[in-house]
Amino acid sequence: MLHAYAQAFALVFDPYVLTVILCSALFGLFVGCVPGLTATMATALLVPITFFMPPVPAIAAIVTATAMAIFSGDIPGALLRIPGTPASAAYTDEAYAMTKKGQAEIALGAGLVFSAIGGLFGTAVMITSAPALAEIALKFSDFEYFWMVVLGLAGAVFIGNSSILKASMSLLLGLLIACVGLDNPAGHPRFTFGNAELTGGISLIPMMVGMFAVSEILRFVVHMDPPLKLATEKIGNVFKGMWALLVKYPWPLLRGSALGTVIGIQPGSGADMAAWMSYAMAKKFSKEPEKFGTGHVEGIVEAGAANNSALAGAWIPALVFAIPGDSITAIAIGVLYLKGLNPGPTLFINNPQNIYAIFLVFILANLIMLPLGWLTIKAAKNVLRLPRNILMPTILLFCIVGSFAINNTVFGVLLTLVFGVLAFVLEENGFPVAPAILGVVLGQMMEENFIKSMIKSDGDVTAFVTRPIAMWLAIFTFVILFWPVGTWLWRRTRSAY
Amino acid sequence: MKFNDALLGAVFLALSIAVLVTVQGYPRIPGQSIGPGAFPGLIAILLAGCSIALVWRGWRERASQPLVAIGAWLGSLPHVRNFLVATGSLVFYVLASDKLGFLICGGVILLSLFLTLRVRPRLAIPLAVALPILIHLIFYKMLRVPLPWGVLPVLW
Repeated sequence: MLHAYAQAFALVFDPYVLTVILCSALFGLFVGCVPGLTATMATALLVPITFFMPPVPAIAAIVTATAMAIFSGDIPGALLRIPGTPASAAYTDEAYAMTKKGQAEIALGAGLVFSAIGGLFGTAVMITSAPALAEIALKFSDFEYFWMVVLGLAGAVFIGNSSILKASMSLLLGLLIACVGLDNPAGHPRFTFGNAELTGGISLIPMMVGMFAVSEILRFVVHMDPPLKLATEKIGNVFKGMWALLVKYPWPLLRGSALGTVIGIQPGSGADMAAWMSYAMAKKFSKEPEKFGTGHVEGIVEAGAANNSALAGAWIPALVFAIPGDSITAIAIGVLYLKGLNPGPTLFINNPQNIYAIFLVFILANLIMLPLGWLTIKAAKNVLRLPRNILMPTILLFCIVGSFAINNTVFGVLLTLVFGVLAFVLEENGFPVAPAILGVVLGQMMEENFIKSMIKSDGDVTAFVTRPIAMWLAIFTFVILFWPVGTWLWRRTRSAY
Repeated sequence: MKFNDALLGAVFLALSIAVLVTVQGYPRIPGQSIGPGAFPGLIAILLAGCSIALVWRGWRERASQPLVAIGAWLGSLPHVRNFLVATGSLVFYVLASDKLGFLICGGVILLSLFLTLRVRPRLAIPLAVALPILIHLIFYKMLRVPLPWGVLPVLW
């Protein structure tokens, strides 16, 4: 193991990799800071470039850029009352209220310092739990994998979505999209309409670029909001008073980091949900809940830590089971496959140095967040003044090149357009997009394990629940699936009496 | 643009029926009771169930929810124009990039979007020339993506 760590050090502390980390950090900070550009979009835009890199720098770029973007989303939240990324939305009003009170540096400082601590917490959990989970995962057969996928998908639909019905439909749509092409256990071309490009299936990257970048651009060009206005120009020393906050709020910090990691691990729910839930939790457990909403830093400490720890948590199921914890890791899994680093327990045995390198990158990214984040806050005034009507068309051109670059065909651009418009329409009508992405990423794995299990058991469905781990996973899945139905029935019977 | 849930449900129902009809023609894996149609068929049945529930919900709320609610932006001509130019520029790229090449297409797309989003022409024109060249250099020279030259000769 020590040998593998030494190799991992050599992989990460290579001038090329360090340069990639630095550049993607700056890119992530910039993307997070500009309202309307999300961390997922940063990932989608990075992928076409990481496509041309060796595996470790490719993953390092994604890890660093997203960690930075989630923090720097706090900056426009505090200064403009517009969250830079959805993960900052939970406490944007709070941070803005602090700015109005002349405490912009405390709001931003808390965002920065506690983001880094939360990120390191999530990383620590990942380092300790992922290899142990991989040991367990080695014992899994097709039946267990099938249930793991179902469990992940059920969680994605049932946790935190306002309309479970629409989330389910979005997921099923994703699973159908995954069926397109020749790549199925029978090798039969499905839903290709005789189109040669479609026999290869729908490429994940152009689809992601469409759903997360083009749809945001469309939302920008039809937005009717008034122009942005900075609440303050003066920001003092952001690190001042942070130690006092750390001493004053150790429990909210720990609670936020822990909850964030757990939400991250749960497939389909990422940093934004972690922030919302831990902000609510901070208010619930606070000694002074009446201060929340008036410019009180406690919620920012807890939720700021939560959204960054969720980011690390999401990588745990992604690396161990190839089940993404959020939409960012859904894209990252695509990159891992492209690089031949197929995620799963065997990765921990055959290429441990790559896994350790990912751990190291996480630590490094959360450490350099402090100086670079400080610089970004200093430069925030200028970044926020950057005209978005120049930025967005340029990003559209990047989307075109990026979706072309994966297969070098213009069909990718067409996919980007179709999925961009589809995501735009679906979101306008209250369908969440994340379950669809999860469906596309996991569809093939789910079908493969389903068909293999059916063939192994000769069509006998009971075989899905006779192995012990499979049985527990099945029970767990059904509890999640029938939880909402159960509570609904419970409420009805209670109100009837 | 918000559609009534009944309308959206009907669209999804049509999709799932189409999938179900299509998979009927798929062969079985020889010697097995299962084939390539099994999984999409199962998904389509689940989707059809959800769609019917959505139609039912939308129908119940039809009094309060109109069939199609025009979003605020659809009532404003400049915003509709922005939307059409943004989607249109992707269509334009798909159709014309092979013939005209990346540099020309990229320039046209940027210029038209800049002007519709009201960037001053004095800024828009130089940017629309410079940015495609920069992106082309990054992707064509450094990353070796074969972006099409089109009518232009190979310059670098």
